[in-house]
Amino acid sequence: MTKLLSVRDLRVGFGNDSKANEVVKGVSFDLASGETLAIVGESGSGKSVTALSINRLVDFGGGRITGGSIVLTRADGTAFDVTGSKEAALRQIRGRDVGMIFQEPMTSLNPVHTIGDQIAEAVRLNSGLRSDAARKAALDVLDRVRIPDAKSRMDYYPHQLSGGMRQRVMIAMALVASPRLLIADEPTTALDVTVQAQILALLAELRAETGMAMIFITHDIGLVAGIADRIMVMQHGVVVEQDETSNVLDNPQHEYTQHLLRAVPHFASGNAVRTDGERVPAREPVVKVDDLVVRFPVGGGWLKPKGAIHAVDGVSFDLVAGETLAIVGESGSGKSTTARAILGLVDKQRGDIAATTGRSKRPIQMVFQDPFASLNPRLDVEALMAEPAIANGQKHDKALRERMAFLLDKVGLPEDALKRYPHQFSGGQRQRLCIARALMLNPDVVVLDEAVSALDVSVQAKVLDLLIDLQHEFRLAYLFISHDMAVVERIAHRVAVMYAGQIVEIGDAKAVLASPQHSYTKRLIAAVPAIERRKQHFAVDVTQVPSLVRPAGYEPPDARWREAGSDHRVRHEDTP
Amino acid sequence: MNYLAQRLLTFPLILLGVSVLVFVSIRMIPGSQITAMLGTEAGMLTAAQREALAAYFGIDQPVWTQYFRWLAGLFQGDLGVSTIYARPVLNVILERFPLTLQLALMSMTIALCIGLPLGVFAATRNERPSDLIVRILAMLGQSTPNFVIGILLIYFLSVFFGIVPAMGTFTPLTVDPLASFGQLFWPAVTLGFAFAASVTRISRSAMLDVLSDDYIRTARSKGASSMSVIWRHALPNALIPVVTLSGVEFGYLLGGAVIVEQIFALPGLGRLVLDAITQRDYALVQGTVLFIAFNFLIVNLLVDLAYAALDPRIRIGGRK
Amino acid sequence: MSRIFASFVRHPSGRIGLVIVSLYIVAAIMGTFGLTPHNPLAMVPIDRLKAPNEAYWFGTDILGRDTFSRLMVGIRQSMIIAFASVACATIAGTIIGLFSAWLGGIWDGVLMRFMDVLLAFPAILLALLIIAIVGPGTITSIAAIGIVYTPIFARVVRGPALSLKQRDFVDAARTFGSTQPYILTRHLLLNLVAPLAVQVTLALAWALLTEAGLSFLGLGTQPPTPSLGLMLAESRNLMPQAPWLMIFPALTIMLGILGFNLAGDALRDILDPRTQRREA
Repeated sequence: MTKLLSVRDLRVGFGNDSKANEVVKGVSFDLASGETLAIVGESGSGKSVTALSINRLVDFGGGRITGGSIVLTRADGTAFDVTGSKEAALRQIRGRDVGMIFQEPMTSLNPVHTIGDQIAEAVRLNSGLRSDAARKAALDVLDRVRIPDAKSRMDYYPHQLSGGMRQRVMIAMALVASPRLLIADEPTTALDVTVQAQILALLAELRAETGMAMIFITHDIGLVAGIADRIMVMQHGVVVEQDETSNVLDNPQHEYTQHLLRAVPHFASGNAVRTDGERVPAREPVVKVDDLVVRFPVGGGWLKPKGAIHAVDGVSFDLVAGETLAIVGESGSGKSTTARAILGLVDKQRGDIAATTGRSKRPIQMVFQDPFASLNPRLDVEALMAEPAIANGQKHDKALRERMAFLLDKVGLPEDALKRYPHQFSGGQRQRLCIARALMLNPDVVVLDEAVSALDVSVQAKVLDLLIDLQHEFRLAYLFISHDMAVVERIAHRVAVMYAGQIVEIGDAKAVLASPQHSYTKRLIAAVPAIERRKQHFAVDVTQVPSLVRPAGYEPPDARWREAGSDHRVRHEDTP
Repeated sequence: MNYLAQRLLTFPLILLGVSVLVFVSIRMIPGSQITAMLGTEAGMLTAAQREALAAYFGIDQPVWTQYFRWLAGLFQGDLGVSTIYARPVLNVILERFPLTLQLALMSMTIALCIGLPLGVFAATRNERPSDLIVRILAMLGQSTPNFVIGILLIYFLSVFFGIVPAMGTFTPLTVDPLASFGQLFWPAVTLGFAFAASVTRISRSAMLDVLSDDYIRTARSKGASSMSVIWRHALPNALIPVVTLSGVEFGYLLGGAVIVEQIFALPGLGRLVLDAITQRDYALVQGTVLFIAFNFLIVNLLVDLAYAALDPRIRIGGRK
Repeated sequence: MSRIFASFVRHPSGRIGLVIVSLYIVAAIMGTFGLTPHNPLAMVPIDRLKAPNEAYWFGTDILGRDTFSRLMVGIRQSMIIAFASVACATIAGTIIGLFSAWLGGIWDGVLMRFMDVLLAFPAILLALLIIAIVGPGTITSIAAIGIVYTPIFARVVRGPALSLKQRDFVDAARTFGSTQPYILTRHLLLNLVAPLAVQVTLALAWALLTEAGLSFLGLGTQPPTPSLGLMLAESRNLMPQAPWLMIFPALTIMLGILGFNLAGDALRDILDPRTQRREA
């Protein structure tokens, strides 16, 4: 194999005094042609900045290469000095030698040009082909990234496509000039897990077809097992470990790599579920949801609504004290709407939500996904924590302050936190604050809506441990909404799988995760990346979520259920 | 398109609101219309003569009757008769409007031709000396009232160059295009100055926002040149705030530039309104204000159409 | 608060703006208490149309009145009208915008259409109508400018209020059962302070401009009380002989508007959540 890229002692800084503000502090690695390197690290590790330095896009984000060298071998065998080149020379390698795809397919495509035009532009810039020939090349590449009905999609604007489709368009645009190196910066982070599997499979296939090298940047060490030849782990701007994939995963040398591997929730197909809460069916449920239906009218205006989005369509379950029910599903499955309907944040069309009012007037409380958005930035912690109590008629007195101090201590925050403002805390600390606040009213049930999804993996693990401790101490019931199967496996006693507004499978966590029955559950579980399944080959499939928009007055047929075990029910699938 | 339809539906509603407001408020102006019309001679009228005149103008009726009569006339293209000019209101307005329209168009052309390139240029030179100079000029421009510029302009032109801007009767474009442009040139510069400053500022900040968007990075990763990045990828996305601002300013200019018309002694809509209000010419005030509001709303509608043309997300709507 | 003040002083244009605004406020206060070099109303025929000199820094007008002293009183007039009218517009606009956003539906439609009606009038025209009804004067100018800017504040408040209403912390407050007044004040209004502060400062600049325009037309402050616009208008006939009568009022108007514009821009930079995130 010939050497494609050589990075030596790379240093990159930001701001006016870029030497003093380095975020990449001496990174070295080599890449042979056709090889795939994964750069793994948490936020702030410098992994994206390293990648953006290779085609010098980092310059446009205010970064400056302060030291070291990047040398790229071009197709004709000449060495290209990236660090010492001027902008005009760098444009020659961008697109042509180095293609790039980004994390956010939603924002990475220009909203005012059709996707056909945007890809054709890449063709024109890098191959010299003009108008019709460029469009032809664009169409070919859309076919290659398996976009169904590519010809008509050429004239679509980005906002008319789903996230997964947009990421395919991004890949097409990067591939159209046949680069010899593709940099993929967290290309699947913003996508659903089944779509993520599709994109990973596509990247693997295209790499095999074209023989290009790839740099794959991710925060999720579990994701790279199946795709990378080598792994480079970064922390605080330096490389802590770099070796063949199997060596890093099976025999990590550096403490931080070991920590990452421990912290990443491994999905173990139901073999790692909790064993602390045997369900006793005789126990009275603390909350019982029966036939919950939420619909949003669409296509209306001045006239009668033409139809409705059936966001939640006949969902029923119950929850007993001390138990966690996880609702899993992808975006658009209705899992978050279910949570919000239970809290009364969206209006339900029908259905019963019966909660015992044992210890509190407001027995159900909620923790939101984004700890930055769910705390009012203008209030200090004392005001934030006191709000639920004051809303329920308590006075802001000594007893209340003691309660706040007690709960802060429980979630592992110091008492002097009371006088601080949200922006003075890290993401994990803020989420602890939100949890403490949700407990102020002594609820029976806490709804956790993607409550750990926005956190870095090592923080995520600690917050999950905290949640389990609190559940034991206060006999809380959790309704845990998540898209992440590995996280669900760690915290759930029971699992409900939602798809297109309905629960398709529900039951004991071990039963559902280990022997999924419904075809969607099977697909969902198969898509979960896992270190243990690194050799597994994902098939490229382009199944799309069905439309949830139904004509006015439409009622879904009654659900028919099948018992698959003592606590495991599966919905019959509609025969087409 | 749904959004546009909704705008079209509220259009007459707002016009109705404007007409009621102006109809009622003008009748709250103290002093009688007849006294204002006749000046000192009003004292010589007998009570019977006054009543006859009031009946002629229809102002002897209750306000609501007057309003509905006026509204009924409106649908037949009859805006009433002006007491100052003793002619149909519509004729008076249409006589003044060409000047106002031409002045507004010339001012906007000046503003866009100067402001847009300057703003784009400054954004690409963010925080460098040339950007700073543009920003200072724009800030000064925005802080200088029209009448200050107008007066300074007249002063410097006459003292240092011996030029006296043509004033008085307007030469329409159809009669002598060159003279017409020449006559409105300095007033248009006066109005265009602050307008250009606002356009510069808004296009600079919109471009700065857009240039930090992800798709700009994508374009660069394809190897696009900085010219292509600016004109093809960034500018179309940055135009919406510029269009909004230009639309609002243009809409207001169509209502007449009262002060600048005063300074340059131009017979435009602005001075017509001023005269009509000070002389309590009810029909003329009602007619002109409604006409101005109508123009303003039409411009707003055009701005909405421009949004749709600029942004496919507005034009086409959600996912297929 | 002190943190904001510190970054204000550090901001280059903020510093200049702050100095100008402070100077104007000092001049206005001195003008109010008669601490002017000369009596602004006293006519000294022997000193009429004097060019700027040691006794009359900015010269005198055709009646022999001191331009500098008259400008100080003119600034006071302008500032009183600007601050009072913006205060009215802020309060009325905030209330309308906040309720419009919070109540939504038909209320939102009716309130905002009413604001649209007001916006469809060019500002000067609306002010002209109001002045014609009530007659010119300080109070009228305040009311007229206040009414002109109310719909702008209503829109400035409604937009962010609508997005705040969707924020997770408002949803969280609902799950606790917080009362509507609590949510409106603590969660919405408190977070609107920053955009409002920016808008208030910029509106002050616009109010100064509108006030000067009205008095230029003779529809604002009535003589003999000096006002900046009127001084400028009166200077036109004497332009060739006494250019100082035009230059100084013109500069005074410009500088005042510039000061508030600079301060508003600086405030926007400092309070902008995007720049804050960059610092964090």
